[in-house]
Amino acid sequence: MSTLVTSQAQEDRSAPAGLARGNGLRSLGLLAATGVLLAVTVLSIGVGARAISASTIWHALTAYDNRIDEHVMILELRVPRTVTGLIVGPALGLCGALIQAFTRNPLADPGILGVNAGATFAVTVAVGLLGVTAPLNYVWFALAGAGAVTVLVYLLGSIGGTQATPGKLTLAGVAISAALGGVTTALILSNRDTFDDLRFWGVGSIGGRRLDVTLALAPLILIGVLIGLACARALNSLALGNELAASLGVRVGRIRVAVVIAVTLLAGTATALAGPIGFVGLMVPHIVRWFIGPDQRWIFAYTVVVSPALLLVSDIIGRIILSSGELRVGLVTAIVGAPVLILLARRRTVSGL
Amino acid sequence: MIDHGYRTVQVRRGRLSGLWSTRSLVVCTGLVAVTFLLMVVSLGMGTYPLAFDRVLGALLGVGDDSQARLLVVGWRLPRALFAIVCGIALGLSGAIFQSLTRNPLGSPDIIGFSSGSYTGAIVVMLVIGSTRYLEIAAGSLIGGCLTAAVVYLLAVRGRTVQPFRLIIMGIGVGAVLSSLNSTLMLFVNVDTAMLAAVWAAGSLNGLGYEQLRPTVLILVLFLALLAFVAPRMRQLELGDDAAQALGTRTGRARSGAVVLGVALTALVTAAAGPISFVALAAPQIARRLVRGPGLALVPSALVGALVLLASDVLAQRLGFPVGVVTATLGGAYLAWLLADEFRAQASRRK
Repeated sequence: MSTLVTSQAQEDRSAPAGLARGNGLRSLGLLAATGVLLAVTVLSIGVGARAISASTIWHALTAYDNRIDEHVMILELRVPRTVTGLIVGPALGLCGALIQAFTRNPLADPGILGVNAGATFAVTVAVGLLGVTAPLNYVWFALAGAGAVTVLVYLLGSIGGTQATPGKLTLAGVAISAALGGVTTALILSNRDTFDDLRFWGVGSIGGRRLDVTLALAPLILIGVLIGLACARALNSLALGNELAASLGVRVGRIRVAVVIAVTLLAGTATALAGPIGFVGLMVPHIVRWFIGPDQRWIFAYTVVVSPALLLVSDIIGRIILSSGELRVGLVTAIVGAPVLILLARRRTVSGL
Repeated sequence: MIDHGYRTVQVRRGRLSGLWSTRSLVVCTGLVAVTFLLMVVSLGMGTYPLAFDRVLGALLGVGDDSQARLLVVGWRLPRALFAIVCGIALGLSGAIFQSLTRNPLGSPDIIGFSSGSYTGAIVVMLVIGSTRYLEIAAGSLIGGCLTAAVVYLLAVRGRTVQPFRLIIMGIGVGAVLSSLNSTLMLFVNVDTAMLAAVWAAGSLNGLGYEQLRPTVLILVLFLALLAFVAPRMRQLELGDDAAQALGTRTGRARSGAVVLGVALTALVTAAAGPISFVALAAPQIARRLVRGPGLALVPSALVGALVLLASDVLAQRLGFPVGVVTATLGGAYLAWLLADEFRAQASRRK
């Protein structure tokens, strides 16, 4: 049944099949991508402001001695940074893939749809008005803000009783982001300390996070990833249109709620942990789709593996260019990602969006 | 006598001839009156409140109330006039962009002008380390114009610019610049960064007569140029083919209008920082008030003046930069506008 649906989906959207046509080739690709991710992870621990030999790194991981500077550096700086990247990466990528599949909009991205603006706003309220400073506490605010804005943008985009079309959702996201951005700026500017706290949070970074905080938030992202992966098959059917999907046995309303919950969990937690990081969610599903075609199940699986690799590579690039660590990953992903967005918008006609 | 479908006022005096809808004239008169009233009221507000008649007396120069004269004309008037001048420029710029892109979202904010001018100003303030007014203004102008040019060129394909692509390009380029801006803020101390952030929000604080005079002069120059461009823009609204048949050089007319639109925004940005959303909202409000077809330059300018003056009065009471107020109100207004438009689309389809 599902193969029939997928092949129809391909015909219906006349989407290109992708480079890897057989499932064997796709599995092989996934394996290769996992290998790349492992290599990047090792590289992320190995590369830094100070050159540390491989044997020292191995000793730091196996026989930790807190009297040796290099060991402390590895365990307190590089490992948390890498782990944060590994946890935040899949969240960002899968969130983008979910929104793109759900809205059938190749340009959808949590940043563009206002989810990040919602999370930023809520964190600003938490830090500025309520005096919350620990990331463990303001993650709940980020989640609530992300959830509220996702729902709001979706409601605004589907006004008029019709489907929330891509263009409508983008515009709704712009409008709500702007209004929230105004209030956020007002809150930030009214207090010097809040401003100082939040200007560092405002550019996404995976450095400087404590390992226990990251690990405490990991279950939320795990739940989001699982819900997202579980929706993949239904989203394949939804690509045919709501009516056809319903006749194929998909409970459209339930899937909609599940996707919104997953997006909220993923985007909210990732933003709370790393600050707003744009373009990963936009870019990765596109690169993946180009390789494996329009089957969401493969897209999601690949995205979960490729996104952290991209995030870590961007972070490593930032670390190499500026060894102080102030060239944050959020800027690197924006610089890498903007050309992708520009190419996409130039390639497709307006009706294709 | 031609029936235009609405009541009109006509002037036919040889070469001097014109046709205005009565409604538009009434609306414009009303807007001028409300703006003036609001200005007088706002001039009376502050740490030292003044009664309405004292403000009016000081403005008109009757009586010898020197204290009121100092407060009203010396201190408070330049700021109110600045709000009006900037509002006019932004309203016109928005009307031009919306007419050109035939899209209610076509405004210099959306095509990334603001983020670019912010980057320019930050570079001047934080990297070069200058806080002089003229240098910041120059930096923001260069940054804004470069960004607008880049976005425009990226959106051009086959010598035409699709509005939707223009907006997407603006979002993309704007996103890169805004993360660049936030990064630049990390390299300096809090107070410098905060100074830049207040400037970036768009504020009329600390502007006086010395900045007002050149701004007004340049605005008058732009208005004169606009008087030449406006008739061609009306023809462009008929579509390129019809406009060409009527003898308009569409390419030249369009680029002239874009340059003028960017220049008007640049004028405001140089003076007060990137004040967002007035350019977007003013033409929309004007169109709904006038209910006329197409381009409504004068009403847009007047609505812009009124909106910015009102926002500034509110901003002064709350103690925020005026740009914060316009962004919040403008964003909410845009959401409402979209809801309205989506509903209209749905009912048209039925």
